[in-house]
Amino acid sequence: MTDPNLSATPQTLSTVPSKPSFWNDPQKRALVFQVLLVIGIGILLWFIFSNTLHNLEKRGIRTGFDFLSRPAGFGISQTLIPYTEASTFGRTFFVGLLNTLLVAGLGIIFATILGFAVGIARLSTNWLISRIALVFIETIRNIPPLLQILFWYRAILPLLPGPKDSMSLAELFYLHKRGLTIPAPLTEPAFVWTLWAVLGALVLAFLIARWAKYRRESTGQQFPVFWTVLVVIIGLPTLVFFLTGSPLNWDIPALRGFNFQGGLTVIPELTALLLALSIYTAAFIAEIVRSGIQSVYKGQTEAASALGLRPNRTLQLVVIPQAMRVIIPQLTSQYLNLTKNTSLGVAIGYPDLVNVFAGTTLNQTGQAVEIIFMTMLVYLVISLVISMFMNWYNKRMALVER
Amino acid sequence: MKKLLLSAAVLTAMVASSAVYAGTTLDAVKKNGAVKCGINTPFPGFANQDEKGNWSGLDIDVCRAVAAAVFGDATKVKFTSLTAKERFTALQSGEVDLLSRNSTGTLGRDTGMGLTFIGANYYDGQGFMVKNSLNVKSAKELDGASVCIQSGTTTELNLADYFRANNMKFEPITYEKLDEVTKAFDEGRCDVLTSDQSQLYSNRITLKDPASATVLPEVISKEPLGPFVRQGDDEWMKIVRWSYYAMVEAEDLGITSANIDEKAKGTDPNIKRFLGLEEGGDANLPLDKKWAYNIVKQVGNYAESFERSVGEGSPLKIKRGLNALWKDGGLQYSPPFR
Repeated sequence: MTDPNLSATPQTLSTVPSKPSFWNDPQKRALVFQVLLVIGIGILLWFIFSNTLHNLEKRGIRTGFDFLSRPAGFGISQTLIPYTEASTFGRTFFVGLLNTLLVAGLGIIFATILGFAVGIARLSTNWLISRIALVFIETIRNIPPLLQILFWYRAILPLLPGPKDSMSLAELFYLHKRGLTIPAPLTEPAFVWTLWAVLGALVLAFLIARWAKYRRESTGQQFPVFWTVLVVIIGLPTLVFFLTGSPLNWDIPALRGFNFQGGLTVIPELTALLLALSIYTAAFIAEIVRSGIQSVYKGQTEAASALGLRPNRTLQLVVIPQAMRVIIPQLTSQYLNLTKNTSLGVAIGYPDLVNVFAGTTLNQTGQAVEIIFMTMLVYLVISLVISMFMNWYNKRMALVER
Repeated sequence: MKKLLLSAAVLTAMVASSAVYAGTTLDAVKKNGAVKCGINTPFPGFANQDEKGNWSGLDIDVCRAVAAAVFGDATKVKFTSLTAKERFTALQSGEVDLLSRNSTGTLGRDTGMGLTFIGANYYDGQGFMVKNSLNVKSAKELDGASVCIQSGTTTELNLADYFRANNMKFEPITYEKLDEVTKAFDEGRCDVLTSDQSQLYSNRITLKDPASATVLPEVISKEPLGPFVRQGDDEWMKIVRWSYYAMVEAEDLGITSANIDEKAKGTDPNIKRFLGLEEGGDANLPLDKKWAYNIVKQVGNYAESFERSVGEGSPLKIKRGLNALWKDGGLQYSPPFR
């Protein structure tokens, strides 16, 4: 008895395998499910959105973004852009945002400088210096940042004198309970040339560095890049400044009435927040720097000195570039932490985004959904931008395998 | 995959069910066994907290009156302390059933936030407190001053308006909590503390040296302070409103928590009707017939509440002033109970 299937076998083997049915093709099946999932999530999001809108409307709560163009009517203590009580709620968003960015930006710079210094001190061969660094790190990073902010603001600040008997330096700088008052620069139109000179000097410095690198790689001769660049960056703008007739005056602060009038006052809320966050983050950065430097194999240093490099050249050319590979990814997360921690400023009344926009503006308009959404979006965007930049930098610094 | 779809379906169902959230506030309150009342962070006179954690004060008494009306038991209240910034969101989201937190009733709040202003249980106005050492006699001399304020209040807006109208400059320093504002003023971070006058008096007694500061005579705004409820539940709104009226009406009728049982034996039809002792009472509220009796018996009338919280029986010693009954030249007035 012959099985028709068996007899047909050699033929089917020789032909191209027939297409599997739609449902048996894993690729197509996966595609279908993915499309279904996306549609499902889309429906869910739409549902949440329309449901929220419906409920807000039903409860008589105003919705939409019209409030952004209504006048705000309240004052803000620190504004980097012109702002009056007659400005709009939309403007309060930018005032708050800039105040947040100011603390985050300055905090990142100070924390990095202090962190690197402490991290290197931690590795010092001097017993005293390395122990001081150790105590600093262990104390600071184990105290919650909010307590540190309150410490500077509530414990240190009240010790300063009031504005009427403030500490003064040369009758120009005044330190008191309400901040640090310093002379403010008043620029004349011709000052713009000095700014151009600064830009020009930076470009020139960049070109010098490029040229010096090229020369070193082709001839092996060293060029004193650092000192040349320093002279260019300081010298050129200074020269232009005096050639255009010193177009800069100073607005000297003077005590009139309750407070200093004129000059520039750095509010104590900013100082306290900046001090606390910089020091707190610096303690973490110090440990990151220490671990980064220690991760570079000792043989590298020995090989460099065998080649005749002096110790600081070894540090600059061999150790730090390799340590940076370890340091940068961790540094990124510290920068992100610092940025998000700026919202703690609300505890001491620093007018950041959370205080001004997600605080007062929210309360005056009652539109919580829109305002919290915008605020969260801002923190998300700031964080993504920082990590994008650090990823780019990390890629540049990564070990190029040859 | 199946699991994912299933969980998506469950989530959808959950969201959908919250959309049909219904039931009246009264039902929810009865089910909870307590009135969820949003109040201030400790604030002398209006929301005092003793060492055992018990609350008392003028705003607290509104919560207690509502509990007495609903449950016949003034202690059935669950208090939630809210900052100025949190208060309206907490009420909108249903975290509290009633907000009794010296909040100013304004057009914007009453119409744009899904809330209803019940009425003023305390008529106030915004004022300024300054350190005596500054030698300031009038608010008009405050040009260039640093001013401490609580954020998210009408105070913040009035202040800006006042300085703008008088062509003066100021540096606003805003904090979230009242005690932070007071501390900053005490430590000299600012020259002036501005708030409702009632708050100024109560802040003053919490200063390190209360005699070091003075409240200026100017009152720059109208601040009718009172309870808020969510918009859209008229039944609940009327319960809260008439609970407050009951306290005022009791004072008007001369009924106190002490003499109420004696008065109930009398023959005055107004009093009998008020206390729910006469058949054919006019109240059509889903409450016990003796709701007003319970309020007065357990919480007291408005005068009792006022005097023991902020008046002569308290360290604040605030005069009745605008808060006297209408027949004594004040603004407290209840529609008739008939």
